[in-house]
Amino acid sequence: MSAETLISVQNLSRYYGPICAVNNISFEVKRGQILGFLGPNGAGKTTTMQVITGTLAPTIGQISVAGYDLLDYPLKAKAALGYLPEQPPLYKEMEVDEFLKFCARLHHIPNNEVKKAVDRAIDLCGLDNVQHRLIGNLSKGYQQRVGIAQAIIHSPAVVVLDEPTVGLDPIQIREIRNLIIDLGTEHSVILSTHILSEVQAVCNHVQIINKGQLILNDTIEGLYAKMQTTALKVAFLRPPAIDELINIEGIMRAEKGEDHYFYLQHMPNENPAEQLVKHAVAQNWGLVELTPQQQSLEEVFVELTRNDEFIRTVEGDLITKEAA
Amino acid sequence: MFTIAARELRSYFTSPLAWAILGVVQFILAIVFAYSTDLFLSIQEQLVSVPNAPGLTDIVVKSVLMWLSIIMLLITPLLTMRLISEERRSKTLALLLSSPVSMTSIILGKFLGLVTFFLIMLAMVLLMPLSLLFGGNLDMGQFLSGIIGAILFATLFIAIGLYISTLTANPTVAAISTFGVLIFLWIIGWIGNADGESSELFAYISITNHFDNLLRGLFHSTDVLYYVIFTALFLILSIHRLDAERIQ
Repeated sequence: MSAETLISVQNLSRYYGPICAVNNISFEVKRGQILGFLGPNGAGKTTTMQVITGTLAPTIGQISVAGYDLLDYPLKAKAALGYLPEQPPLYKEMEVDEFLKFCARLHHIPNNEVKKAVDRAIDLCGLDNVQHRLIGNLSKGYQQRVGIAQAIIHSPAVVVLDEPTVGLDPIQIREIRNLIIDLGTEHSVILSTHILSEVQAVCNHVQIINKGQLILNDTIEGLYAKMQTTALKVAFLRPPAIDELINIEGIMRAEKGEDHYFYLQHMPNENPAEQLVKHAVAQNWGLVELTPQQQSLEEVFVELTRNDEFIRTVEGDLITKEAA
Repeated sequence: MFTIAARELRSYFTSPLAWAILGVVQFILAIVFAYSTDLFLSIQEQLVSVPNAPGLTDIVVKSVLMWLSIIMLLITPLLTMRLISEERRSKTLALLLSSPVSMTSIILGKFLGLVTFFLIMLAMVLLMPLSLLFGGNLDMGQFLSGIIGAILFATLFIAIGLYISTLTANPTVAAISTFGVLIFLWIIGWIGNADGESSELFAYISITNHFDNLLRGLFHSTDVLYYVIFTALFLILSIHRLDAERIQ
């Protein structure tokens, strides 16, 4: 698949004074990708998005959008972008359709097509029944939708959404997710979130950023592979001794849980389930349950972000030792 | 650029702000107009005998425009304070910055929006002196020079206010600072007019001296250039300031 690269970020760093918010990250987003941008608070998600959309200049690094360098051709690059910041940028004293018309003009949509673009955005974001109301009087969820409508009004090649489903009710969240999936078929979408299930539901690529560094950049399948089962949970009516379980080929460790449950660890590439069942039948252990234990996205996330912290404290120790 | 200007102008009229300002200005200047016209009528007889006496334009138009400039001094900070700092505060600046419009267009759009509002205000105010044409004669040259003076004067005020508004996220701070700078430029003329070594410079910097000339019908290119140069300077500063914000 040779889809064109819509966003390319190279060696991006961004400092706020002495504080480094984003440290030397590089990635690419191709057409048709929906990239989920994950990270704990203060990890640099928003900063990265601001830099990509040109609202913040990078300290070091190069960014191009749809083939245009953001510094050399800012207007052409920005024309290919739709951006919904963390706080939707809305003029509260305007009506919804009036505001969207303004946004359409701001993106140089020709006058005779403005109405069509506005109608399309209103339709896509389900704003039909509020289009003549003042934005300031709308609920948070509707304001968020207006924000999304504003970002997609000019059908940009790249849509950047900073926490798009915050403040929406479950039905709206589902609608917005479907909308994002639809967008992802023709455009590419970057969305930041800290809701992990959202990434699982919507994205086909995942990036995890922590303390300004990219610690994971993978497809969602790759991430699932990382989450592969390396443990089995089994239950026997007539449990055998632990040693007997460990002797079964492929099992590295066995642990007894409450009741007659056992937790068995194995290598990621060899699953001992078949051997285990054979033994259980042969020796009449009375196997009643066998479940692969899947690591949840939460666990992967916690593991990845925590590892990084650990390295940092070790580095910190080294520095203090040298100082002493 | 015009999209931004149009939105800016609309936002004044969708809030009570524009109507309040137009109403108050009109009301106060109406009193000034009535008073100065009355004054002119009462001293008209004596003026006939005086050589080089001030005419109708001198007394009525000049005082109306003079008062307009004083009111401008008070209301410009209130109008310009919102221009950029309000956008920054309500986070709508990101919308403009991530759109395919240049910094120059953003600043000029904001500027033109407010200038247009001022022109509407000026047009309404000038209807009063123009009504004098029914019963008298105006010195059209002086009248025109006064209008040009008022426009230049106002654009400079707006440019200064706009620049200060780009410096802060707090509209009140922007308003107070703008007010301070405008008053400073106003009173520095007094120092300039007093005798002293450096008075020439002060007199040149002062906003009011140049306006006075234009009000009296003296159309010097120096005075016009003063306004044009300073307005351009503050607009360029604003553009750079907005651009620098992305980098800091």
